[in-house]
Amino acid sequence: MHTVHFPSHFKQWRTIARSLLSQGLPPDEVLWQDPQQTSLFAQQTDEAPCDREAKAVPKAFLKLAQTISCHRSNEQWSLLYSLLWRLCHGDKQLLSKPHDPQVRRAQQMAKQIGRDLHKMHAFVRFKKVGEAEQREQFVAWFEPEHLIVRLSAPFFKNRFASMDWSILTPDECVHWSGSELHYSEGVDQSLAEKHDHLDELWRTYYRSIFNPARLKVRAMQSEMPQKYWKNLPEADLIEELITKSKERTQEMLNNPLSPVKPAPKNTYLERLKELEK
Amino acid sequence: MGICHSYTPDGRCISLLKILLTNVCLYDCHYCINRRSSNIQRARFSPEEVVQLTLDFYKRNYIEGLFLSSGIVRSADYTMEQVVHVAKTLREIHHFKGYIHLKTIPEASDELISQAGKYADRISINIELPKKESLQTLAPEKNIARTRLAMNQIKDKSSEGKSDRRLSFATGQSTQMIVGADQSNDGHFLKRAGDLYGNFKLRRVYYSAFSPIPDASAILPLQSPPLVREHRLYQADWLMRFYGFQVDEITTPENPNLDLAIDPKLSWALRNRHLFPIDINRSSYEELLRVPGLGIRNAKRITQARRSSALRLCDLQLMRVNLKKSLAFIITADHQPARLEIDSEKIRALHAPPAQQLELDLTSQIQIPKIEVIGGEF
Ligand code: SF4
Repeated sequence: MHTVHFPSHFKQWRTIARSLLSQGLPPDEVLWQDPQQTSLFAQQTDEAPCDREAKAVPKAFLKLAQTISCHRSNEQWSLLYSLLWRLCHGDKQLLSKPHDPQVRRAQQMAKQIGRDLHKMHAFVRFKKVGEAEQREQFVAWFEPEHLIVRLSAPFFKNRFASMDWSILTPDECVHWSGSELHYSEGVDQSLAEKHDHLDELWRTYYRSIFNPARLKVRAMQSEMPQKYWKNLPEADLIEELITKSKERTQEMLNNPLSPVKPAPKNTYLERLKELEK
Repeated sequence: MGICHSYTPDGRCISLLKILLTNVCLYDCHYCINRRSSNIQRARFSPEEVVQLTLDFYKRNYIEGLFLSSGIVRSADYTMEQVVHVAKTLREIHHFKGYIHLKTIPEASDELISQAGKYADRISINIELPKKESLQTLAPEKNIARTRLAMNQIKDKSSEGKSDRRLSFATGQSTQMIVGADQSNDGHFLKRAGDLYGNFKLRRVYYSAFSPIPDASAILPLQSPPLVREHRLYQADWLMRFYGFQVDEITTPENPNLDLAIDPKLSWALRNRHLFPIDINRSSYEELLRVPGLGIRNAKRITQARRSSALRLCDLQLMRVNLKKSLAFIITADHQPARLEIDSEKIRALHAPPAQQLELDLTSQIQIPKIEVIGGEF
């Protein structure tokens, strides 16, 4: 049995996988392990970059591999190697078999990453921390489920190009000040700004667009799971909105009906009446 | 549109800052809290305030952009000018790249509609109710013929904009209908939707359940909103747009309303048992789309997967097909539904929730997919 350490990102996995492949090691003879727990007796595979011709694999596989490399479970590394092995050993159509358990598992992981990415794009909240040389500066704190900071950064870069910002996470931070994205090590939440003077206005808006007559708490929770709430300035309104909704709806239903008022004198309304004839 | 940055406890997505420039209104639409007969507090924003609020919210990643409408003040043109002014300022002065949706007034001038379309990604006119007569009683200032005319103009401008990039124009128009405020049946709603999709190339028709408002009109007593009905209409709308169904297949003269207890595709399939079962390994993509429990994604996956080997139930299970729903309608290499001898009533009962549950949070239950692992029999 050959043991390899979990790589820390896609490129590293690719190097290892190429080397394993060129040594002809089938997936069930390779053990992917946490560096902290490597068994003493395992044989360490040479991880030196292998300059042999890279195997041709479908683009879709590379894309899938890049995506699920961000998975926090570390289960993806051996799965990816199995898929690669099968692709390179005759099963070229592998990825168009959605009912293959390994393909299915990889697609599930990709879906989890996709969802995490989507939620990060949605729930990052920038807090204004200053202004310098006519550029506003913002900081956000976020805890993604998977290691997706680099995957998510281009979105923020495109959308918020005209302001300076940092997104801090426990894994890695990303910074933008107008020319290039920079990355730095993960930090603790205490470094993140918690307040923004616009938050209160946003809360007012949130309160006002909620319709108490259509309470659907589960629908809300499935789209906005509670783990994201702590960074959302509106989240602590939710409970109150829910508890008071019944009363507010009943109040509306109990209110007396208002009579119809006559139309005021207005040339435009008169023209509409003309049109009606 | 785009990303939902938050959800309210009514389960709805917040994607845009959705506001009125003013809630002062000359019209008297009886389902609306802002109608002139209502006694609510009136307020107005200046266009500059709306611009600033949009920019501030956008920079904090609260929103994708702005959905602006307004009560009608003075005249259609006067109101539209204000609305357009906001969009123009956002785009031309602040180079705002977010999304803009403008509500348009059918009676506004052609020039103003062109301008609205120039700055907005999406424009909309609410058709409100499917039938002319109900609109006359419930929204006397509005008129379906004029709305359709304006939609037609927008469609033309939009297609000109597509062929000539210099004439930039919103890439789509949408509309909204209120469900449960008048006596229209689901057939009426879906026929109207079909009319709008077919004739004016609408992107979306939104169905909004009529819901209690703080100061109700004597003409339109309040009811609690028929949320399940709204949900079924969306499902039926989906079938028309993406699954190749015609309006008169979804509702019929005998069944002008959708079955609230089961989804409209299952309901259609139960009325058309003679078309089933169909063979998963042989049927066309279009036929697969009509199988209850099979969505677009799975229909595609099936046509792909069956190239390598004949599919069996366990393959479908791996693809997350809702077998509980489809089993009675399909043949696979290892399954023939005829032997199960299930009649339509039983199938319906199997999928219909208990009666009182319908009143509750049914729509949210439907949104959370539950895939059950099943054996060979029910
Ligand atoms: S025109 Fe619009 S704001 Fe005015 S009453 Fe009708 S629906 Fe309400």
